[in-house]
Amino acid sequence: MSKKAGRLFSSTSIVWLALLLVTWLLSSYSRDLSKTFDAKWITRFPAGWRLSLKNDISAAMKWLVEEADFGLFTFRELTRGIAWLIEQPYNLVLSVLSSGWMEGQGSGAVQILPPLSWIAVIAVVVTAGHFAKDWKLALLMGLAFLYLAVFGQWDSAMVTLASIIIAVPFGVAGGLMLGIAAYRWHWVDQALRPILDLMQTIPVFAYLVPILFLFGFGPVSALVATIIYAMPPMVRVTTLALRAVPDEVVDFGMMAGCTKAQLMWKVLVPTAKPDLMVGVNQVIMLSLNMVIIASMIGAGGLGFDVLASLRRLDIGAGLEAGIAIVVLAVALDRLSQAFAQPRQSGEARRRQTTILYRYPRTLIVGAFCIICLIAGYFFVSIQSYPEALQVTTGTFWAELVKSININYFDDLEAVKSFMLSTFMLPVKRFLGGIPWAWGWFLMAAAGWYFGGWRLSLLCAALAFFIIANGLWAKAMVTVYLCGVSVIIAGIIGVPIGMFSALNERADRIVGVIIDTLQTLPSFVYLIPVVMLFRVGDFSAMIAVVLYALAPAVRYAAHGIKTVDPQLIEAGIVSGCTKRQLLWRIRAPLALPEIMLGINQTIMLALSMLVITALVGTRDLGQEVYIALTKADIGRGIVAGLAIAAIAIIADRLIAASAQSMRKRYGLA
Amino acid sequence: MEKSVKLSCRHVWKLFGNGAGEFLGKSDGAPSLESLQDANLIGAVRDANIEVLEGEIFVIMGLSGSGKSTLVRCLSRLIEPTAGELLFEGVDLRKMSERELIEIRRHKLGMVFQHFALLPHLTVLDNVAFPLDVQGLDQATREAKARQVIDLVGLSDRESNYPRELSGGQQQRVGIARSLAVEPELWFLDEPFSALDPLIRREMQDEFLRLQSMLHKTIVFITHDFDEAIRLADRIAIMKDGEIIQIATPEELVLNPATDYVGEFTKHIPRAKVLTVGSVMSKDLVEGTDTVLASARIEEIADKVESAGIPVGVVDADGKPVGSIRPSTIIDVLVGREVVS
Repeated sequence: MSKKAGRLFSSTSIVWLALLLVTWLLSSYSRDLSKTFDAKWITRFPAGWRLSLKNDISAAMKWLVEEADFGLFTFRELTRGIAWLIEQPYNLVLSVLSSGWMEGQGSGAVQILPPLSWIAVIAVVVTAGHFAKDWKLALLMGLAFLYLAVFGQWDSAMVTLASIIIAVPFGVAGGLMLGIAAYRWHWVDQALRPILDLMQTIPVFAYLVPILFLFGFGPVSALVATIIYAMPPMVRVTTLALRAVPDEVVDFGMMAGCTKAQLMWKVLVPTAKPDLMVGVNQVIMLSLNMVIIASMIGAGGLGFDVLASLRRLDIGAGLEAGIAIVVLAVALDRLSQAFAQPRQSGEARRRQTTILYRYPRTLIVGAFCIICLIAGYFFVSIQSYPEALQVTTGTFWAELVKSININYFDDLEAVKSFMLSTFMLPVKRFLGGIPWAWGWFLMAAAGWYFGGWRLSLLCAALAFFIIANGLWAKAMVTVYLCGVSVIIAGIIGVPIGMFSALNERADRIVGVIIDTLQTLPSFVYLIPVVMLFRVGDFSAMIAVVLYALAPAVRYAAHGIKTVDPQLIEAGIVSGCTKRQLLWRIRAPLALPEIMLGINQTIMLALSMLVITALVGTRDLGQEVYIALTKADIGRGIVAGLAIAAIAIIADRLIAASAQSMRKRYGLA
Repeated sequence: MEKSVKLSCRHVWKLFGNGAGEFLGKSDGAPSLESLQDANLIGAVRDANIEVLEGEIFVIMGLSGSGKSTLVRCLSRLIEPTAGELLFEGVDLRKMSERELIEIRRHKLGMVFQHFALLPHLTVLDNVAFPLDVQGLDQATREAKARQVIDLVGLSDRESNYPRELSGGQQQRVGIARSLAVEPELWFLDEPFSALDPLIRREMQDEFLRLQSMLHKTIVFITHDFDEAIRLADRIAIMKDGEIIQIATPEELVLNPATDYVGEFTKHIPRAKVLTVGSVMSKDLVEGTDTVLASARIEEIADKVESAGIPVGVVDADGKPVGSIRPSTIIDVLVGREVVS
């Protein structure tokens, strides 16, 4: 007993306990301290020392837009050029799917050619499903798009789809090119890596602010934001996939006498294609996510419907559009995943046959589209789904929510206030009270403890960035919301993951649920939460937990599953019970992996937090959101970078501690 | 008839580590193993000298880490040697431009890889036709040529399959067909059968010998399997720690291993499979008996000599008597006794 106690109070634990105590004291009494000593600097960073980064950025951007000139063209012309380049294909696709071709201007415009009829679009997606995999996928595709038509979401869905159809090729091609450059030239890789890291930690809203500033409000700037947002994973996947091509295959390409270009496009890229398709799938899903969010800067479509109904608190309409997004997301996800599967030999390209035999699907669908077009002139219901047959579920959902709120209001309210008063608010008060100087010291100390002086320096520098820009208080609110959500996500997610690792049936069910949760655009999570709990920290927390749950579950399951089976056998032979096996062998060995899962959870939580600014949080996310609505570019970027700073600190600290844990277990 | 030298490599070095080139220059091109270690360099290939003759199977044998794979990649210029000369048909490969090298690879070199290195997205036919596609041949020509070599390795019925649908042995047949499609003059095989299970390996070795008897290529064959080397080679180079310690015919290796290390390998080799009649016969001429060829392996003529019961005459390729062989000599060889001829 005494031995155990001795270990519990080892010197490091005493130091940590002491630090915690000091932090708690400072947090509780900092206000009193600053009053008694009349030293305002204790609770607030002195205004005179603040960096004017916000204003500098705004000024720099203003100069860029109004005066920057590269000799041949001005910056403004450059952005206009980019916008024009993206606008052309977008308008084309939009015409095909949604608006048709018009002659003339404004209200006097006459449609000269209608868009593809709803039947034709469904035929196209069904064919794509059959081509990519089988009739089952074709059926899924057909039902998904039929849903969009029947439930009156067709027009918005087609606008969203048009955005994705344009954003994805740009994102994939751009990512592929950058990834190839990083594979070929070491210095490109070195230069891209920190940029990609930063891009993945900067919250989505922060992208929108400068883009809004540079490109104005409208679908094109939404597309630019979407492309920039969706590209980084493609870059990473491309570099990794190319590096994963076996050396022998590269050697073979060289020995066959390939030129550099042949080696890349005939050997490396096709060999890496299955991995690259994973990247394409990610680009599609991220594009969908961003197209929805980008409705704030004019993307239109389903995202706009959700946003508008969130603002009106029109639950029914919001939910309908939300479900339509989910349907579209699932359909696109399955379709792009199916395209990633390798073909079978029976499907090998048939040669030396007629065109009809070689491309039967394309020809049939093409003919069908033309027939629909002609028939559409005679029968309106073929051109656009008849309104009389539309089903609207809006009222149903509204009624449902109403009845839940009437019957269970007290229960829901009780849960909410219990959580708030016993858990969330105390944490908020504790974190909010920590004086900035002490917080700064703690960051540096934690960095030093887990990763040595380099990490300490990094943490201190990033923390200083937050403090010096006067964002300490807001950052603490972000840390509080994020921390609370991550703790709850961990408490729910890790046991689920561990259970599903040990139970095959649970594993399958959990897998499907987690997959679906991950396909949903982040916006969608807000809808049911707001319905039940209205706005506030609690709603934000629930939405964040739902969004960020997946990695906690997944990594915990993976960690438990990949414990060396020999160690399990050693445990069984030593006479461990099932419970002992789990707690003495599996759980400790899976801990580094679980930590990485928590790390991912934190990253997702931070990105979701910004979106929850819509439901009335008071943190850095709100700062970005306000900047967005005011088009205050400096404010938005600085707040966005502050969130990125928090993310990087959390990421590095956790990665370092997981690494040292691995080393201790000899897993590294 | 003296065979011409197809590929020769002189004083080839490959060192891994920082500043390898300067280091080699400073130490007059012949640093010792110890001085390399002190300089934190790895001597993957050290002073390799090889001459591969036209039409022979030249096997480079060594255990893992001996530098054989690095050497063959130096020979094919997949990696740049740190120093040395590489002459292919008398032309220095190291002085060639990128373009010339590509031309040579397209038309004169072929290579088979340990893990097959097939392109997963192409069918068997397209894989085999790939080197021709790279050359820019039109589809009909390259497919006709590809079909010929696919026929040669006996895979005609699988040509529209993808590599992953084939067994390991079949995949390597595709690899072989692909490397032969350009009708190379120099054929590199980098441990081509090591990834196959033993029975298939044996079958593939027979297949390889059958192909070579038809095609008479100049071959550089890498293996870590001494039995395989003995079975296939005209000459063997044995490598250890980046150095070639002996180059000899299988028979010479077995009879006169240069070092104990080589002796370790040859000890367990059944002599009857390696030794030829000429190396163990006596010079006494006998008359009026059956004859055997001096170049025949003991294994092949054992039955004949044994059943004769008396010394049997030995003749050379032209039928001229050169000596005789006693049944007891055959038994000496078979049980591994020292042979006194």
